[in-house]
Parts: sequence; structure tokens; C-alpha cells
Amino acid sequence: MIAAKPAQLQPRYDVVVVGAGPAGLAAALGARETGAERVLVIDREPEPGGILQQCIHPGFGLHHFGEELTGPEYAQRTIEQALEHDVDVLSGAYVLDVSPDRRLKVTSRDHGLAYLDAGAVVLAMGARERTRGAIRIPGERPSGVMTAGFAQKLVNLGGLLPGKRVAILGSGDIGLIMARRLVLEGVEVLGVFEIMPHANGLNRNIVQCLHDYDIPLHLSTTVVHIHGRERVDRVTVAPVDAAFKPRMAEAWDVPCDTLLVSIGLIPDNELAHRLGLRLDPVTTGPVVTSTMETSRDGVFACGNVVHIHDLVDYVSQESLLAGRGAGAFATGAAARPDNVRLTPGLNVRYCVPPTITTEREHTVYMRVTKPMAPCTLRLGDVYERPLRYVFPGEMLTLKVRPRFLEGFHGGSLRVDVVPRGEATPI
Amino acid sequence: MRYDVAVIGGGVIGCAIARELSRYRLRAVVIERECEVGLGTSKANSGIIHAGHHGAEGTLKGELEWRGNQMWDALAHDLHFGFKRVGDLTCAFDEEQRATLRRILEQGQRRGVPGLELWGPERLRREEPNLSHEIVEALYGPTAGVVNPYEACFMLAESAVLNGVDLLLERAVRGIRRGEHGFDIDVEVTGTGAQEHVRSRFVVNAAGLFADDIAAMVGAGGFTIRARKGEEYLLDKRLIGFVKRIVFPCPTPTSKGILIIPTYDGTLMVGPTAVWAEKDDLTTTAAGSAEAFAGARKLAPGISEADTIAEFAGLRAVSDAEEFVLGPSRVAGFVLAAGMQSPALTAAPAVATAVLEALRDDGLELVAKDDFEARVPEPVRFAELSYAEQRSLVARDPAYARLVCRCEIVTEGEVRDAIDRGARTLDGLKFRTRVGMGRCQGGFCTWNCMELLHRRLGMPLTAVTKRGGDSWIACERLPVHGQAPAAERVSAGGSAEATP
Repeated sequence: MIAAKPAQLQPRYDVVVVGAGPAGLAAALGARETGAERVLVIDREPEPGGILQQCIHPGFGLHHFGEELTGPEYAQRTIEQALEHDVDVLSGAYVLDVSPDRRLKVTSRDHGLAYLDAGAVVLAMGARERTRGAIRIPGERPSGVMTAGFAQKLVNLGGLLPGKRVAILGSGDIGLIMARRLVLEGVEVLGVFEIMPHANGLNRNIVQCLHDYDIPLHLSTTVVHIHGRERVDRVTVAPVDAAFKPRMAEAWDVPCDTLLVSIGLIPDNELAHRLGLRLDPVTTGPVVTSTMETSRDGVFACGNVVHIHDLVDYVSQESLLAGRGAGAFATGAAARPDNVRLTPGLNVRYCVPPTITTEREHTVYMRVTKPMAPCTLRLGDVYERPLRYVFPGEMLTLKVRPRFLEGFHGGSLRVDVVPRGEATPI
Repeated sequence: MRYDVAVIGGGVIGCAIARELSRYRLRAVVIERECEVGLGTSKANSGIIHAGHHGAEGTLKGELEWRGNQMWDALAHDLHFGFKRVGDLTCAFDEEQRATLRRILEQGQRRGVPGLELWGPERLRREEPNLSHEIVEALYGPTAGVVNPYEACFMLAESAVLNGVDLLLERAVRGIRRGEHGFDIDVEVTGTGAQEHVRSRFVVNAAGLFADDIAAMVGAGGFTIRARKGEEYLLDKRLIGFVKRIVFPCPTPTSKGILIIPTYDGTLMVGPTAVWAEKDDLTTTAAGSAEAFAGARKLAPGISEADTIAEFAGLRAVSDAEEFVLGPSRVAGFVLAAGMQSPALTAAPAVATAVLEALRDDGLELVAKDDFEARVPEPVRFAELSYAEQRSLVARDPAYARLVCRCEIVTEGEVRDAIDRGARTLDGLKFRTRVGMGRCQGGFCTWNCMELLHRRLGMPLTAVTKRGGDSWIACERLPVHGQAPAAERVSAGGSAEATP
């Protein structure tokens, strides 16, 4: 592991990035590319790399590095790139506060407490997992109910097991990955219970982590009660009707000592709240421009703090852009304001960025609300593309090229995903 | 071991009694069956110090509520637990309820509760804009407060121990016999099942839900304790300031109803429900959630289930007469502090005083110590310090510069201090430092806490529990593919292994 630490903290940096996961490291690289000289990445863990360090499975990097890597390998490449570009990385540190004039209050074991000034700030704190409390699963409160990510940390970084008989609530990717991981460690994985009629994770994870190991996936089924006074001893599960109401007559008990919860990620936006950034009610992340700048001048955001990504490769690409934006801001280069708004239409939950310019090429990330196949993606009446299928668990990517918008003079474009062959209803 | 007084039960009542006893020259012990104090009813309640006007006249609950209320400032000052007087509002939606408000107001005024005021809609809108516009009048009581009840327990116990009281944890009382010179108490060490005996001249029964069983062991029974469950729902910090005061609906003869409580730390809490339950039923239910949120939304329509970060249930220890069972029993030397339902937390310091009076009446000599230390060392709370204070703290001890819990901003130094002051479990750390109490519910900090318990106490990671007993967090990695067991392969620091 290469992770040089700055011998001395400077009172002022061109760009300070909060979070040394794949988003933060790519942003730092982007900032250096545009000529920002002093770039610092601050991270709370003892080593940079973020959550990738506990994702020891392969499947990362196919898009960004053109080869399949494990999480720690992907992290290490990113760390090395940053270090080769003279980015300073401060691990074991925490940003307690950021003021609107971009002064950061930082605490770290190595340097104590300090204020740093930044020409531009990039928020790249990632996401946290939704917990049992968030969905109010009835029952007792024994130990053994934990997020899939915590279980992953126990197994892959701690060398410990979360339990010996495990049920999994929610078909998020981390839960699917952990189902396989635990089976490989000799743990009995009793099933994955998903309240939606479709899985939430990537299709490849359903196949490679569940089907290949004969782990049952119960769709339209949820955990309705947790039992156990000190440690979980069983959970009651029940199918749900179309309104997600449990059909208790058909409930059954699953004896287990552990319930992993994999019910989604939430952008970790404490600092965004402190800064009073405008937030998107759908993504819950900051509203950003096409250069990933937030509603505060010089404050940029990227990765899972903005919206939850499916693949880390897209995080890296989006974050390079944010870093370039931050670097340009810090060195005084003004960005052209966006002039086209993208409005989510049929079966589109959100678009990031929500605004673009007609001058450059933009990569727009989207999520759909429900599965559909085959279908058509339409960008107003200027562009359309056939799609084999769309799926809520997979992000949809649209490259908007300047030529699509030649001759377009309106202020906004609706983005729709409609069944193949159907016209877009107005 | 021979004692003058044995207190059975280490909840807030038992701890307050123990701390009061520690002022005097005598040998006292607290016997608690859980691995830390305050983990029963005392932990899972609303944390309200009631204003003093709610409880009916001529009842112990009513009189001790107001007497106890006045004792909390001094306790919080000496023991450094979180307490602040935020005030409360009792809301009326119609004329009949307005009449009830007037009755409570007069009751409070006769009792001497200061500052009670009736607020009309205009004043209410101005002070609490998020409350329902259908509230026609509210009774404001400035003396109401909120406390972190578990912190109060820990600190009362710590103060008692500091002043010479023994604390026996993980000890369940299995039998009590009245002998010639006092009581013989049979104690079972929970977990191992080993038997111990404690002898004491006097016994105080502060055993909460099980006070009836304990009293019956020595023939001092004759009352039953039933459990009435209350569910509470904690909301995200985002809602800090949504309401500033404790908000009550107008009370009915049987219930205070569903409240909105701005806890000491600012997080909103809604509840509690009230249903009869078994004494071990700590389940939260879909029905309870629906009732709590419906009740809260009636008071403040903007409250939503979607903001829930955690929920819990607690059990009220309710006597037959719905009244405190307090004072001497039919067995000389065996004093009761039972039936401690709301407002028992408020009343706890006054209950302790009453118990000491009963002990004195039964013949216990109370000679004040000249070396009683009222205060305990103030715990460091990094998040509450100024920048200058934080800086000098961090310069003195870099452990305070490393963040363990990001939601609640708790440092490694604070967690270490909590371990040094007796925390042995994740819940013990959580309720002392707030680590894991925030919106991520321990997702980030649990591992850090496990490592700190391991490093500080030499406790194996697999021995770390949520709250003692069988509440383990992790077990050894199973041997796979003929490899050696995990313990031999994994270094103590828990380095990453690249198992495919």
C-alpha cells in the first residue's frame, strides 16, 4: 500500500477534496490536470481507497481501466495515480465543518485540529447504508441485525464472521455480494428477501452471487418481525401484496442468527447540509451543474454524495470532471453557464447533471423507476436510442453530443424511457 | 460480604438511592442482573423531567413529581449528565380540553409550580410554528426538562461507587431470607450460574418490573407489578428545532398520550404508546408505529415516518393501584421503591430521599460522611467544546483528534474514557458517549468501538457484545478448505486478507 502523507499541512490549498474513495481520488487527479498545484485529499480511514478496500471481489474497472480488477486493486491504481500527480493525502482525518468561504475545520491524529483554506472544495464523502431503523422492521432489538456493508467489513477486513446462519433483507448489490462471500466462508445463507417485485442489484450479481450458489431470492417478500432477546434467533418473513402490505396468513419463520440488511444507500451529506447546499429531493444529493459545481460557488461534488452509482467506473469518470471543474475554478478559469435543463419524464427518476450546455459533450446518468424491455430512450425530439431493456438497479448513461442540439433553441428537454414503438405521450 | 443496605436493582431508582446512601457512613451494595446499570426501563423511556403540574393532587406520583423536578439541576451540575429545561406544552383542540388545561393549571399553581401560562393560537404560532393550527390553546410549563436517562444512571452509579458503594453486576437475586441480624440474599451470577450470598441488615427493593417477585421472596409481597409497553421512534437530526418544547396532547384520565419530545441531544422522538405486555416483550410493532406517528402528526402535521432512524420499546412497571409503592413493607428492614412508572424518572431523587427516611424509621443510623464527594470528573465531550478548547485538548492528547463516530462527532479519546469509567459493551459505550446513536446507527463506528474495547481491555473481538449475555457481534471465521482456523491466520490488528 502506497500512501504518502503530507509531512506538513499547508494553511491554504488550491483544491481540498473531502473523501479519498474512488470519487475523491479521481477528483484530485482531475484538479491536478487542470493546473491546480496544491491539492489535498482528506479521509477518515487509516488508509485511502474508501469502501473499495473491503470489496475484495472482482468486477471493477472494466469501463474505466479496460480490465477486470478487485476493489483493492482498483483502489490501489487510483491511489498511485493520485500520488504520481503529487496529490497530498491526509488519512485518519475528518472534516468537521466547511464554511461558505471554503474554510475547512479538520481534525487528524497526526496534525491535531486546524483550519485550512481552499480555492475550491470537492465533496466526495460517498454514501451510508440505510439501516433497520429507517424501515422500522417490527420486533425485538437483539444483536445480529447489521448492514451488509458492516458484515463485509467484519469478514474482509476483520477476519471475523457476522454469524453462521444468515438471512438477507433487500437485494442491493452489497447484500448479493455478501451472500456469495459468506457461502464461500462456510456460512449458511438462507435466502434473500426483496419487497419489490424485481431485484435491486445488478443482474450479473443476481446470477453470479445467488443463482450460482443456489441461494433463493424471494421477490415481493419482506421481513415482518425480528425475534431474539440477546441475539437474533429467527425472522418472520411474509409475501406482500401490490400495495406492499404483508400477507400475514402466508408468513413463515426463518431460523437464523443474523439478518443482513441491504436496502439501499443514502448520500452522506452532513457537510452539504452544513453548507446549506441546494439538494435534489429525489437523489437527496446536492444539485450540480454540468461541471459538478453545487449551489455554492467553488464547492463541487461527485460520486455517491451526488447520486448512488451502480459501477465505480462511472464514479471515477464523473469525479474527474468534478476535479477539473474545481481545478479550473481555483485557477480562475470561468465555466460557461449551462443553458439546457433536462427534465425527467416517463420512467426516469432523475438526470445527473440536471443541466448541460449546448457546446460540449456531456455524459448524463439516469435511473429508471421500473423495469422495461424493449424500450426507447428519448431526449425531447432531438434524439432517440433503442434500448434492449432498462432496470432500476442499473444506471442509464446518455452521451449528449453537441450535434444533437444543433438548431435547438429551447431551454429544456424532457427525457423519457417508453416501451419500444410507442409515441411519447405529451 | 456483610452490608448495611443492599439495593436490588440498578435502574435510575436504585442508582439514585445508592448515591444518596453514599453520603453516609455505611456499607451499601447495588445488585443488578444486567451487565451495566440502567439497561432496563431506565434506558428505554421518554427522558422527560415533568414540569410538576401534571400529576394529580393527593397522590405520591403527583407530589414527588414536583419535589423531584426541583432536584435535577443540582444533580446535573454535580454529575455532568445531559439535562436542560426546555419547557412543555399541553395542547387543547376544543372547549372541553381547554377546561382540562385550566384544571391542570390551577393544580400546578396550588402546588407552587412557577411560570405556568396559557398560550392562545397567536403566541403558539410564533413560538412553535410547526404545531397544528387546530390547537386552540396550550398550557406552557417552563419547568419541564429533558434528560439523557441512561447517562443519569451511569453518573449516579459512578458517584455512588466513587463514594464507596459496591456495584455487583450480572447478579440475579434468586432468594431472600430474613435472619436474626438482617437478610441473606442468594445471588446467581448470570452467564456462569455460580451462586453467591450477600448479607445485609436492610434491603431496598428497586427491582422495577420484578419488584413483586423480589418482595414475595421475603414475604413482603401483596402487590403485583404489570408491564405496560411503550414504543418510541427517534427521528433524524435534520429535524432539530422542528419543535422546541415537549408537546403533550390534552391528557385523558388514563394516559398522557403520544408526545413529541425534543431529546436532550436535539433529536426528535415520538411516542410512547401504552399497551399491556409480558415482562420480556420489548418488541416494536407496526401497530405501535402507526399509533405513534398518527398521534404525533395530530400535534405537528409535518412529522413523517420517513425520518425515523431508530425505534425502541420500554416497559413501565405498573402497580395494581397505578401508584408508587414506596416506603416500609410488612417486613421490618425491607423497604419498597416499586411501581415506578411515569413520572418515576422525574421523581427519582425525591424517591431516594423518601427511601432513606423509611430506612431511618426502620432503625438505620444515617451519619453523614465528611469526605462525601458530590461531583464526578466531567467527561470530555469534544463536540460541545469551543475551537480553542478542542485545540488544546487535542494538543494534550491526540486520541481526541481521531474521530470514531461521525454522525455524533465522538472521538477515540471519549470512547477510551467511557471504557475506563466502566463501559463493557457497545450499548454501554453508546449510552455514555452517543457513539452509534446517530443516523448511520453504528454502520461506521461499531468496528472502531470493537477495536477500542479489544485494545483497552484485551477483550477478544469475538467477546464484544451489544449488551452482555449472548448478544455477540462476530464469531470466528470458520475453517474453510482445510485451512487453519481464523484466529491463527488473522493478526490482532485485523489485516485484510485476499481470499478469493
